[in-house]
Amino acid sequence: MSRLRRLGPALVAPVLAVVVAVLISSAVMAALQVNPLKVFEVMVDFGETPSQQITALVVIVNRAIPLFLAGVAVAIAFRMGLFNIGVEGQYRLATIIAAAAGAAVSLPAPLHVVLIVVVAMLVAALWAGLVAVLKVTRGVSEVISSIMLNFVALGLASYLLTGPFRGSAPASNIVSTTVIPESGWVPSLNWIFDAVGLANPPRQLYGFLILAAVVGVAVSVLLNRTRFGYDLRASGMSPSAASASGVNASGMVVKTMLLSGAVAGLIGLPDLLGATHAYTTNFTAGMGFLGIAVALLGRNKPGGIAFAALLFAFLDRALVPLQIADFPASVVTIIQGTIVLAVVIANEVARRVTRRAAERGTAQAAPPTPGIGIDPPPGGPTDARQEVQA
Amino acid sequence: MSTVLTTPEAPGRRSVTTFFSGGGRARRLLWLIGGAVVVLAAVRLISGENDLTSSSTMSAALLLAVPIGLAALGGLFSERAGVVNIGLEGMMILGTWGAGWAGYQWGWEAALLGGVLFGALGGLLHALATVTFGVDHVISGVAINILAAGIVRFLSELLYTDNPAGGGVTQSPALSSKPPAVSLPILSSGPDLLGKVEQHHWFLISDVAGVLRGLTHEVGVLTVLAVLLIPASYLLLWRTAFGLRLRSCGENPWAADTLGVAVYRTKYIAVVISGALAGMGGVFLVFIAGIYRENQTGGRGFIGLAALIFGNWRPGGLAAGASLFGFSDALQLRSPSAVVALLLLVAVLLAVLAVTQALKGNVLQSVIAAVIAVVALIGFLTIDVLPPGIVSFTPHLTTLLVLSLASQRLRMPQADGLVYRRGES
Repeated sequence: MSRLRRLGPALVAPVLAVVVAVLISSAVMAALQVNPLKVFEVMVDFGETPSQQITALVVIVNRAIPLFLAGVAVAIAFRMGLFNIGVEGQYRLATIIAAAAGAAVSLPAPLHVVLIVVVAMLVAALWAGLVAVLKVTRGVSEVISSIMLNFVALGLASYLLTGPFRGSAPASNIVSTTVIPESGWVPSLNWIFDAVGLANPPRQLYGFLILAAVVGVAVSVLLNRTRFGYDLRASGMSPSAASASGVNASGMVVKTMLLSGAVAGLIGLPDLLGATHAYTTNFTAGMGFLGIAVALLGRNKPGGIAFAALLFAFLDRALVPLQIADFPASVVTIIQGTIVLAVVIANEVARRVTRRAAERGTAQAAPPTPGIGIDPPPGGPTDARQEVQA
Repeated sequence: MSTVLTTPEAPGRRSVTTFFSGGGRARRLLWLIGGAVVVLAAVRLISGENDLTSSSTMSAALLLAVPIGLAALGGLFSERAGVVNIGLEGMMILGTWGAGWAGYQWGWEAALLGGVLFGALGGLLHALATVTFGVDHVISGVAINILAAGIVRFLSELLYTDNPAGGGVTQSPALSSKPPAVSLPILSSGPDLLGKVEQHHWFLISDVAGVLRGLTHEVGVLTVLAVLLIPASYLLLWRTAFGLRLRSCGENPWAADTLGVAVYRTKYIAVVISGALAGMGGVFLVFIAGIYRENQTGGRGFIGLAALIFGNWRPGGLAAGASLFGFSDALQLRSPSAVVALLLLVAVLLAVLAVTQALKGNVLQSVIAAVIAVVALIGFLTIDVLPPGIVSFTPHLTTLLVLSLASQRLRMPQADGLVYRRGES
């Protein structure tokens, strides 16, 4: 029960936000003469045969993996009060360089994958580190510099793809890097379906799912169970208190951005190593911005982010069926955008409600105000109450 | 006492120094612009890139600077009232869509109105989230950017896919009328004296002529309006009671509240104006293309925000920032080879910086500037043409470089970005 009470406020806000977002988008659709009920019907329709249904689930999970990683990358910076809006550029640049590195070497299977992962993490971490260095040494706001570095990274990626890293034939429609040899692929997890006796779908469930779970647990442990995590969270909650207790603020900014970038480097890899095996012009884009939304919805905690990623992936899956059913597919984007706005507002309202409840609690606990002529003891309950109210 | 001693001694020296540094900010600004033109003219002569100061580059620079400037001006209103506005990009996107939608039906005047209105709606949403609900400003801005992109796609899908007037999922039908443009008589149209001088490619004279002709030949009405908005915003924000109240909300809302300023209402007004101006920047982009297209803004809202920071949250400064980014954008669009000439400009400017920093005794800064200057010079001497992918981010890289060189002396409004709740501190 106490556990439920502790989790209660944390759950209420996101659930409320999703409900509000669904209501608002329904109202928008209704106002524009689109039947919202039919749209939602298409969204939850996973097909008739078990194979189709499991395929739909695999599509959702595959999409949720990069979303989860993006959310974690953003959340690490958020927990310290930093805005890493540059995740988009970080992962795109990291993915193309990792794809080129993976195609250039041939190693035994596990090492090959490790090499690609390490290259991707390093590139993205360095790119994010640039933001941190500019902030610490030159006082440039990380919001502006990471946005600008996004453009630079995307420009660099397009240059690398059409220039030095081009592997496809000059006449081909889609430009891509050289395909990574099979030793650099991550095998799918489809054997699970056979093992538990479900229909084996034609879609491959990304093996990267396991790595994503490991990242989630590792980040959770790092943030909650280590000194570094404590310093990071303390810096986020009160920079002045943290630096007073001996936390090196500049060092924390650099370390946090490096860590955030390193996780961001993984975002492109599930698709790269599980499906496409090469970076192409139409490689999955926009994960960085969705990652911000997912992190906010998941309240910057790995568990919450996983749920948020699944929800967003579920919404994204509906894009194609909605188009087939001749509905405006961008309903999905509107729902996602409204969810973000609703969730931040709901978080804020929930925070204020809990705070007011806490204030009431303190007020009741405090003894009645002393009569005239008797000064309250300094630092007594009255002071505490004033502090809470201040 | 010192004045008594120095006045009789050095009248001559003093007159020279006042000639260069006296006369206040306006004179210094004039020197700065003059110096920039001289350096540009020299770089043009050395590199042979006539596009560097041609009137066509300059008019393109003006075209590209205006939307950035409008976004920055939008940011000015919002941030002076203490609300950080990352959502400028989203409001600009809404502005482009509103302009396209109203413009194809009722002409350019309606497009202007539609875009401004849509942008203002975006601003209202941001105000609702940040002022009423106290959401973190950056988060709300990011959410608005995501939402705006979704809304315009949704509306286009709904209204343009089966539209007999044309258009589709990513674009509107073309505007039904074009906004008029004006030129300066005699100098830039008719006899076109400036154009003739420019053709001769004389050092400095042709450069000045090119710059002036670019700024006065076939200028759209919205450009004129946007340029006039800069001094108008200055007057409104720094010379009226409303402006004082608005800025007091950005500096110290608690004090403003005790003096009877309606802080919430002022912030609302400021953020809605901010959205309207960003929307107008979007309208401008639609006017250039004559049509609404998806991704027309291309991150200009963000660059506008950078221009605002570069301009130290002041109208004149942000106009300078917008011009700089507009110029670098125009250069990359007009001629990729001229961007290489820009490297020479960077080298010269950084060399000057290195010398001034060395004179001040800042060894580290001086060395860093000198090293980058040498790298830029080597780049200029060895590179012929940059590939398009790299050229595309010239304005963004310029933004980043300028900010990293300048940002330490900047001062943002004291309470910018803080969530203000009445009665809480």
